[in-house]
Amino acid sequence: MEELLSLAVKAIFVENLALSFFLGMCTFIAVSKKIATAIGLGISVMIVQTITVPANNLILNYILAPGALAWAGFSEVDLTFIGLISYIGVIAAMVQILEMTLDKYFPPLYNALGVFLPLITVNCAILGGTLFMVERDYNFAESVTYGVSSGFGWALAIAAMAGVREKLKYSDIPDGLQGLGITFITAGLMAMAFMSFSGVNL
Amino acid sequence: MAQTRKEMLTDPLVDNNPITLQVLGICSALAVTTSLEVALVMSLAVIFVTGFASMFISIIRNHIPSSIRIIVQMVIIASLVIVVDQFLKAFAFEISKTLSVFVGLIITNCIVMGRAEAFAMKNPPVASFIDGVGNGLGYGLILMLVAVIRELFGSGSLFGVTILQTVNNGGWYVPNGLLLLPPSAFFIIGLIIWAFRSWKPAQVEEREYKIQVVDAH
Repeated sequence: MEELLSLAVKAIFVENLALSFFLGMCTFIAVSKKIATAIGLGISVMIVQTITVPANNLILNYILAPGALAWAGFSEVDLTFIGLISYIGVIAAMVQILEMTLDKYFPPLYNALGVFLPLITVNCAILGGTLFMVERDYNFAESVTYGVSSGFGWALAIAAMAGVREKLKYSDIPDGLQGLGITFITAGLMAMAFMSFSGVNL
Repeated sequence: MAQTRKEMLTDPLVDNNPITLQVLGICSALAVTTSLEVALVMSLAVIFVTGFASMFISIIRNHIPSSIRIIVQMVIIASLVIVVDQFLKAFAFEISKTLSVFVGLIITNCIVMGRAEAFAMKNPPVASFIDGVGNGLGYGLILMLVAVIRELFGSGSLFGVTILQTVNNGGWYVPNGLLLLPPSAFFIIGLIIWAFRSWKPAQVEEREYKIQVVDAH
């Protein structure tokens, strides 16, 4: 239990997907102009991340890993080379299913998140989370924890960024830095702030 | 076709750079710029994938039903990335370890998808290939610029060859450790954007709020 808690804190603060691995930067920069939309996107990323990381973990352990197909009688098959294509397939399918489920059973939530859901398929933070899970060899419990907390970390970062940008638009910025330039520098300062968490161990 | 082929190749370098103007493909870029060698390999991989993904998608563009086009594009891009990944694992294992997940993340690199959607779906294969390579080059250019600054001033070397002798090795240069950490990449890109836009003022973004100077008689 303690290990899982420490993993969660690490994924949220120390190894924040957005600010220390630069994942999901395209959407992070593009959709952080308003706090409300940023929070909506953050929550959808968190939901998708929570579902896809454990789902891909199961696929890796029961289908792709060397010897994983032993239950079907193919004990020498190693399918890890088609990993990338299966992970992205799972992500695309999960996003589609989530979209349809929300549409049918939770229309208000669907209307709030609607625009962002398809975008999530190509969000690097989602695929990145899965690839880190594969690289670090997480077991199922760890992958659930990692999925929830890394998604939460990303949501936290984009919400904070949107808060800063809402105030920033009133300030007098040099012409060349206007817009994209100052956003990068803000993100850099936020990344430095998040670095102060490094070394935190529970 | 309005643009000549040469323009299609050089246009994305500065005038229409995917990173500084279109905000595409920053995702997997910044974490791999601490050393020039790794950045070079990453740029080559992206140029390869954008070029060929655009070409293949353009070849079959008239046969893809538009409702499933995203998935078809994904499959093509993912297959190309698997080729790159396996190639690096076979011939440059050390570098593929350093790049770790970022090779896989080329799949979700917005440049590849963006060019496929915006250009390859409407244009013939050769033009799409050149457009893909051009955008890959524009991405590579920024990547290399950032990597040169970070490696030269962060560890005093280029391609692992010592240029500025650091204090630890008995030289005179005190390396700037911040440049090896993630935040510096954001600052450097921000400043590069500033430089680009001062050079080409047409790229400057409109202000949302203007400060009005009230004439006080």
